[in-house]
Amino acid sequence: MSKYTEDDLKKELETKEYEYGFYTDIKSDTLPIGLNEEIVKAISKKKGEPSWMTEWRLDAFKIWKKMEEPEWANVKYKKPDFQKISYYSAPSNKPKYNSLDEVDPELLATFKKLGISIDEQKKLAGVAMDVVIDSVSVATTFKDTLNKKGIIFCSISEAIKNHPDLIKKYIGSVVPKKDNFYAALNSAVFSDGSFCYIPKGVKCPMELSTYFRINEAGTGQFERTLVIADKGSYVSYLEGCSAPSRDENQLHAAVVELIALDDAEIKYSTVQNWYPGDSKGKGGVFNFVTKRGLCEKNAKISWTQVETGSAVTWKYPSCILKGDNSVGEFHSIAVTNNFQQADTGTKMIHLGDNTRSTIISKGISAGKSQNSYRGLVHISARANNARNFSQCDSLLIGNKCGAHTFPYIETKNKSAQVEHEATTSKIGEDQIFYCNQRGIDTEKAIALIINGFSKDVLNKLPMEFAVEAQKLLEISLEGSVG
Amino acid sequence: MTDLKEKLLSSFIAFENQTNIDSYVHDIRSEAIKQFESIGFPSKKLENWKYTSLKNLLNNDYSVLPKLNNVLEFKDIRKYLIDDIDSYKIIFVDGKYCSHLSDTTHEGMDICTLSAALSQSKYELIVENYFNKIAHDDGITSLNTAFSNEGAFIHIPKNKFVEKPVQIIHFSTGNESSLMFQPRNMIIVDENSQVQIIERHQSLSENKVFTNSVTEIYAEKKSIIDYYKIQNDNPQASLIDNTYVHQERNSAFTMHTFSFGSELIRNNLNISQNDEFIETTIKGVTIIGEKQHVDHNTLINHNKPNCNSHQDYKGIYDSRSTGVFNGRVLVKKEAQKTNAFQSNNNVLLSDKATINAKPQLEIYADDVKCSHGCTVGQLDKNALFYLKSRGIPEKEATALLMYGFANNILKSVKIPEIKTRINHIIANKLGVKIGFNL
Repeated sequence: MSKYTEDDLKKELETKEYEYGFYTDIKSDTLPIGLNEEIVKAISKKKGEPSWMTEWRLDAFKIWKKMEEPEWANVKYKKPDFQKISYYSAPSNKPKYNSLDEVDPELLATFKKLGISIDEQKKLAGVAMDVVIDSVSVATTFKDTLNKKGIIFCSISEAIKNHPDLIKKYIGSVVPKKDNFYAALNSAVFSDGSFCYIPKGVKCPMELSTYFRINEAGTGQFERTLVIADKGSYVSYLEGCSAPSRDENQLHAAVVELIALDDAEIKYSTVQNWYPGDSKGKGGVFNFVTKRGLCEKNAKISWTQVETGSAVTWKYPSCILKGDNSVGEFHSIAVTNNFQQADTGTKMIHLGDNTRSTIISKGISAGKSQNSYRGLVHISARANNARNFSQCDSLLIGNKCGAHTFPYIETKNKSAQVEHEATTSKIGEDQIFYCNQRGIDTEKAIALIINGFSKDVLNKLPMEFAVEAQKLLEISLEGSVG
Repeated sequence: MTDLKEKLLSSFIAFENQTNIDSYVHDIRSEAIKQFESIGFPSKKLENWKYTSLKNLLNNDYSVLPKLNNVLEFKDIRKYLIDDIDSYKIIFVDGKYCSHLSDTTHEGMDICTLSAALSQSKYELIVENYFNKIAHDDGITSLNTAFSNEGAFIHIPKNKFVEKPVQIIHFSTGNESSLMFQPRNMIIVDENSQVQIIERHQSLSENKVFTNSVTEIYAEKKSIIDYYKIQNDNPQASLIDNTYVHQERNSAFTMHTFSFGSELIRNNLNISQNDEFIETTIKGVTIIGEKQHVDHNTLINHNKPNCNSHQDYKGIYDSRSTGVFNGRVLVKKEAQKTNAFQSNNNVLLSDKATINAKPQLEIYADDVKCSHGCTVGQLDKNALFYLKSRGIPEKEATALLMYGFANNILKSVKIPEIKTRINHIIANKLGVKIGFNL
C-alpha cells in the first residue's frame, strides 16, 4: 500500500459526500409556509389537541415574538428566515400500523439504506423504536412488552390526548417556554416527539429508541421529547438523527426534557448525523437544540452524544442537580469537517448537597471547520460538598480548522471541589512514527489514535449505538478511522 | 447628582483647554472622547464584563479633574515604597507629578513623565510612533485616552541594561469627597535592553477613589521586561487597570500581579506576540476578603509561530469576596508550534465567597500544545491536622498552607525585596505574625 499522508487524508475528507443523502418520496401533508398565530392554532388543531395545549402554544408564541436570536455562540451563519419555513409536515397516508408489514415499504427501505432497518433491530437488538419521519410518529414497536411493565412510550401528541395529567405537570417544567429563543419557538410549533414514562421502581427491560429524519424540503423539524423516570426506576433512551442532502439550510430546533425523580436513573444517548452541507459549505442543517434534565434525590442523568452532522450545531445538554446526592454526567464526541461549525457542551447546575458531575468532551476538527466546547459548572451557595471533574480534549487535523474551549466555572460554596482540564493538540508525528515503526501504516495509525482519543465516550454508548457511532465517525473522517 | 458619563463628557472641554490643542495627541483625544460617548461604560451585558458590575462604582459624584495638590513628605510615603533598594522613582500625587519625591533621569535613557514627553518637541517622533498605537478602543480605555496627559514615560534605548528598578507610584490624598484619576503610562524598551518596573496605586485618605489607568508597553527585539503590580490599596479605592503589551522577536515579558486591596479591581491585561520566539509569563496572586472584588481579564494573542506563553493565577477568597478569572489564549492560524499553558487555582474560605472562572482557549493552528487547568477547592484537612498536631495554632497553620499555595508564584519574583514586601502583606492580610521566610 502506498504511503498514506495527511494530505491524502485531507483530500479524502473534502471529497467525501454525505452517504445518507437520499429523498424518500412519501406524500406529505405540509402547512403553508410562515409563522403566525393562525399557524400555531392550525398545528394544534391538526393534531387534535385539547384547548389547554393550544393556549400553552399560543403563550409560547407570544413570548417568542418578543425574543431575539442569540448571537453569543462561536458560530457564524446566515440567520434563518422564520417566515420562510413550513412548520408542519406529516406523511399524509398515515393509517395506524399494527405490525411492521403495514408500514410504507418505501419508509422501510429508507431505514434499510441507513443500515438501521427496524425489523433487524427489532430482532437482534430488542429495541423498541418510535420512528419519527418528518415529525409524526408512524410506528411504535414493542408496545405490548412495555405496556405489561406499565411503561408509557408513545408520541407526545398521543400522550397529550391520553395522559394529560402527566403532560400538564411536567411539560415546560425543566425547559420553560421563555428559556431561550429556540425553546420558545419549539414550544409554540412542536409537531411531534416522544413521550416516555417509567413507573416507580421499574427497570425498563430494553433500550428505548427514536429515529428522526428531516425529509420534506424547507420544513423545520421541531420535536419535543419528554422522559419521566419515576422514583427508583431506570431507563436508557437512544435518539438518532439523519437528514437527506438538501441545498437550503434546514432548521432543527428540538427540546428534550428529562425528569429523574428520587433514586431514578436516565441514560440518554444521541447520535446526531444531520446533513452537514457539502464540501463547499453549501446547505446543511441548523441544529439548535435545548436539552435539559432534572435530578431529584439520589437520581442520576447521563448524557452521551456523538455529534457528527449539521452545518451549525448549538447544543448544551444540561443537568440540574437539585436533589441531594444526585449525579450528572456528560460524555461527548463532536466531529466537524469541511465548513461545519459546532458550539456544544453542557451545563451542570449543582443545587443539592453531595452532588457530583463529570464532563468528558472530545472534539475533533478537520477541514475548515470550527469546533467549540462551551460548558458551565455552577456550584450554588447551598450545595455543600459538590464535586465536578471536567476534561475537554481537542484534536486538530489540518491547519485550516479551529478548536476552542470556553468553560465557565462559578463557585459559591467553599466545600466545593471543581477541576477543569483542557488540552488541544494534533496527532503527534511521534505517535505516528511509533506505530509505523511497529509495522502499522499511517492510515491505520491515525485510526488507532482517533479511536483511542474518543474511546472514553464511545465506551459509554449502548452496544446498539456504538456500532452506528463508529460508522458515523468513519463517514465524517473517512480515511482516518479503520 | 449628574451621571458620571455626562460629567466626564462636559469636563472634557475644560480639560482640553489646559492642554496644547495643536498637538498630535489632541486629535487622538477628540476621537477617543467621541468613542467613549458612543460606547460608554461597560455593562454586565458584555461577555467580558459578565461577572463584574461597575454600577456601584459609577454611582459616586467624582471630581473628575482633581485640582488640589497636597504636599507630601517622604516620610508620608516611605512605607509604600520598596525603599531598601536603590531605584528610580516616578511619583504622582493627585494626578500631578511630584518632583521632590521622585528620582528620574534623562541620562542615556528617559525615565520621566508623559506630560514632559507630550510637550517637548524632541519626543515628537516617539509620541507619534507609539502613543495610543496598541491601546484598544473599548469604552473604558477610550475614556482614559481622552483624558490622557500625565503618567510615567519610560524609554530605554538600544543595548541598555537598567540597573535599578523603576517604581511608578500614583498617590491620591483627596480633599474632595470622591476622586477619579486617569493615569497613562507609556513604556518603550528598545532592542536588547532590560528593565524592571514596579507599579502601585495608593490612596492616602478615606475618600472614594476611582482610578482608570492605561499602560502601553512596547517590548522590542530581544528586550526583557519584568513588571510587578502591587495592588494593596485601601478599601475605599477602586482600580481598573488596562495594560497593553506589544512584543517583538525574541523578547521576554513577565508580569506579576499581587492583588490584596481595594474595593474593586479589574485588571485587563492584553498581550500581543508579533514575531517569533517570544516568551510571555503572567502570574498573579489574589488574597481578598470582606466585600472585595478582583477580576483578572487576560488575553494572550499568539500571532506568530514558535512562541510560548505561561499563565498562572492563584486566588484565596474569604468572607463575601468575589473573584473572577477570565483568561483567553488566542492562537492564530499562522502561530504553529505554539506552547500555551494556563492555570488557575482557587481556594474558597467562606460560603459567601464566590469564584467565577472562565479559562478559554481559542485555537486556529494545528501544530500546537495548548492546555489549561482550573480548580476550585479547599485547604487540605490532613495537612492542617498535621501542622496542628505539631503545636502550630490553627490560624497560623492555615496561613502557612495558604502561603504555600501562593508560593509558586512568588518563586519567580526576581527582586528579593519585593518578595519580602509581599510576604509582609500576606502575613498582615491573614492576620498572623509569621515572616514566611522559611
